[in-house]
Amino acid sequence: MIGIGQELKICHLYPDLMNLYGDRGNVIALRRRAEWHGLRPSVEEVSLEDKSDFRRFDVIFIGGGQDREQKLICLDFQKVKGSALTEAVEDDAVLLAICGGYQLLGSYYQTGEGERVPGIGIVDLWTVAGKKRLIGNVIVETDLIEGPGPKTVVGFENHSGQTYLGAGLRPFGKVVTGYGNNGEDGGEGVIYRNTVGTYLHGSLLPKNPGVTDFLLRRALLRRYGVAELKPLDDMAEMRAHEAAIRRAKTKAY
Amino acid sequence: MGLRKILAIWTAKLAIGVSHLFGRGGSTFPGRLARRLAPGLLPVLAGQLPRGVVLITGTNGKTTTARMISGLLGAAGLRVVHNRSGANLITGVTAAFIAAADWRGRLAADIGLVECDEATVPKAVSELSVRVLVVTNFFRDQLDRFGELAHAVELVRSGAARLGPDAKLILNADDPQVASIGREVGLPAVYYGLEDGRHGTKEMVQSREAKHCLNCGEPYVYGHYFYAHLGQYRCPKCGQERPRPDVAATHVELLEARGVELAIRSPEADFTVRVALPGLYNAYNALAATAAGLAVGVEPEAIRRGLAGVVSSFGRMEPIDVGGRRVLIALVKNPAGFNEVVRAVLGDPDPKRLVIAINDNYADGTDVSWLWDVDFEQLATAGDGIDFIVTSGLRAEDMAVRLKYAGVETNRITVEDDLAAALGLALKRVGAGQTLYVLPTYTAMLGVRRVIAKMGYARHFWQA
Repeated sequence: MIGIGQELKICHLYPDLMNLYGDRGNVIALRRRAEWHGLRPSVEEVSLEDKSDFRRFDVIFIGGGQDREQKLICLDFQKVKGSALTEAVEDDAVLLAICGGYQLLGSYYQTGEGERVPGIGIVDLWTVAGKKRLIGNVIVETDLIEGPGPKTVVGFENHSGQTYLGAGLRPFGKVVTGYGNNGEDGGEGVIYRNTVGTYLHGSLLPKNPGVTDFLLRRALLRRYGVAELKPLDDMAEMRAHEAAIRRAKTKAY
Repeated sequence: MGLRKILAIWTAKLAIGVSHLFGRGGSTFPGRLARRLAPGLLPVLAGQLPRGVVLITGTNGKTTTARMISGLLGAAGLRVVHNRSGANLITGVTAAFIAAADWRGRLAADIGLVECDEATVPKAVSELSVRVLVVTNFFRDQLDRFGELAHAVELVRSGAARLGPDAKLILNADDPQVASIGREVGLPAVYYGLEDGRHGTKEMVQSREAKHCLNCGEPYVYGHYFYAHLGQYRCPKCGQERPRPDVAATHVELLEARGVELAIRSPEADFTVRVALPGLYNAYNALAATAAGLAVGVEPEAIRRGLAGVVSSFGRMEPIDVGGRRVLIALVKNPAGFNEVVRAVLGDPDPKRLVIAINDNYADGTDVSWLWDVDFEQLATAGDGIDFIVTSGLRAEDMAVRLKYAGVETNRITVEDDLAAALGLALKRVGAGQTLYVLPTYTAMLGVRRVIAKMGYARHFWQA
């Protein structure tokens, strides 16, 4: 068991710019569940021009933004944060990147006009603007979730970019309902070391407590070498999880 | 008018009648039906209006601003066609015009008043003879429909660009994204804004919009914030700044529950107006309505009388007496509006009793992520002051999780998906003289209205 009061450092990257679809819900969920597991979480916000050694964080979160904001961030990555963030990822820090943040992990985003906006290139993936916006409820299955709970992940996607993974990279999960990375290959998101990229909003973590605990476990293993979490009362979360599955299955968008 | 169009009017009128008969104020189906039967019908109907159409769009305040404009046009003796029941997609607009027309397709009205959501603006501009376009503000709302906020702004801009040369723009100077439309569309623009710094704050509260200059990307510097990102802004790098308002509220008095009073400076005259709706955001609505009134030539005296007669409406905190209990219903549709409602609920010193009903139908926005941008942590600080919260609607479970993570004790939260059952459950726990707050999203509000009407306590929705 993890000792009571052990600290867990959460970094919220660009909370002022990348916060398009309730993304702060993921940080709220990480912090709350860490508390309920008896840890002592702290959240540090890091934004433009803020140079940080990201290896000191246990969990780093980046959400989605509008095109304009994402361009500002691209520049910031190139000039300020890119190498430090790459070092943290290679050091097995946990990174959760959603939607626009997910796309930025890759090597580039190709716009409708064919212009290639460079990403950080931490993960071998790339995104191409599609003609159709992929919107709707999503159900994904992943084998990353431990324990007796369901292996499903539920959320809402809303993206026009279609993302493709390089050879040898694993998607975060397999699409059951919805579009996923590109609406073609059945994959959703990416997992690379302890980095998870995904298109799922919802917010993602609150009604997927299995995913939150997966991230917390990976973070604790890295820092403390042990990662046993006691089970929590997840009745409310699982009811929302099941309701989202019903909603995704009954409604075609 | 051609036979095909007359037939479409008759069919749609029958459909509206049938829909009312079954206790539904729905206008989407009759409107869609008429548009299918006679696609050119709406332009023909709207073309009969001698003073054209006033179109209102933006995220928050559309319905209330439209009611205010309707009031002042009425006070000026003008007969108004208005898509009143919040049916603000093009199908709803079509149904409203059909309902106002006689069986031969004639409209006995002088001017049209249409509120529509951002995505509908280009279509509305192409089908209605729009003389005045009012843009209130842009907040995050229903992003799944528009893609993202910048896209919503772009839709309004492209609609504005297609207006006729004699059309006027009425724009909120205090919202950078709204004001930018005036710079980019080559039409005369009237800006409105607040000038009373006493109501400003130095810190931005709960906002995620428009922090960076639309021209060069530098963060704006604000003299004051009035309401979320609305305020007196300036870019320190390129100098782009809030336009000086043509129609300005130089003094605003907040008269608590009794409403707001505004001293107005305009090119036409300086005068005072009062409206019986509380809150600074209603000062914005009254100012927008005043600017629109002046633009169509309404005299200040008629504006004053019109605004004085405006009362609150269903779903906008109109109190309903339900067997000796007070039920206050407040429509919630985006984080900024929801935060205002939460603040109002917290201002009530009594124990909080709430029903929060969240649907994720198209008209509500199909992505419920926005609930995580609402500051329910603020509500949770009430602690023991929360008697109970019943969550309901298609996404009752999501709402319950949001409250749990905000820090509301789970034994104070009850999940009941069914609206009628949820209201029944809640009302049982509210004593005589006590207040129940009901906070529904749009389609949940229609449901709440039906339930309360069935109990015999409220007029039907389409009569509001």
